[in-house]
Amino acid sequence: MALTKAELTDLLFENIGLNKREAKEIVECFYEEMRTALQNGDGVKLSGFGNFQLRTKPQRPGRNPKTGEEIPISARRVVTFHASQKLKSMVEANYRGESNIN
Amino acid sequence: MTKSELISRLAERFPQLLAKDAELVVKIILDAMAKSLARGERIEIRGFGSFDLNYRPSRVGRNPKSGEKVHVPEKYVPHFKAGKKMRELIDSSHKQHGLFDQATG
Repeated sequence: MALTKAELTDLLFENIGLNKREAKEIVECFYEEMRTALQNGDGVKLSGFGNFQLRTKPQRPGRNPKTGEEIPISARRVVTFHASQKLKSMVEANYRGESNIN
Repeated sequence: MTKSELISRLAERFPQLLAKDAELVVKIILDAMAKSLARGERIEIRGFGSFDLNYRPSRVGRNPKSGEKVHVPEKYVPHFKAGKKMRELIDSSHKQHGLFDQATG
């Protein structure tokens, strides 16, 4: 079981006075806004959760693992996520059985 | 972009949403995501990416100030992997930008 947009939509429907269609649209928009910011080269900082940053990587040599043939991996820009201290602590505490998450 | 900027953007796009409800939307989504990971359950958002937990075995670390050895217990840490659409959009908008930068010298 994984958390998906469908569960998030249900949560908004249950907790805020929105109909299902609106709740679904808002969940879409939430992720779309973050993606747009990142696409424009702007990092996203969500206090208490974590930060999304952009990294540009230079071209580097790679290999086709099947044939062993050398092929360059082109320069690219990628997104990285750094979990906040709060999120890391939540995950660790729960793993050690120190917290009760309902 | 910060959390409050994200809240403002959502409030702009959904005029039917009260300002405090836009704030609540962001809080509900982020809380659900954090709780899901804390429970050891992964998150899968189509078009955005997925969040998983990675295992870190226990190790002997050092207090950087005193140089003293400390035992760091095994743990799990959150990990994000961008989805295909996200990867493509992030990289292609950068490449267009790069060409533009070169063209303007």
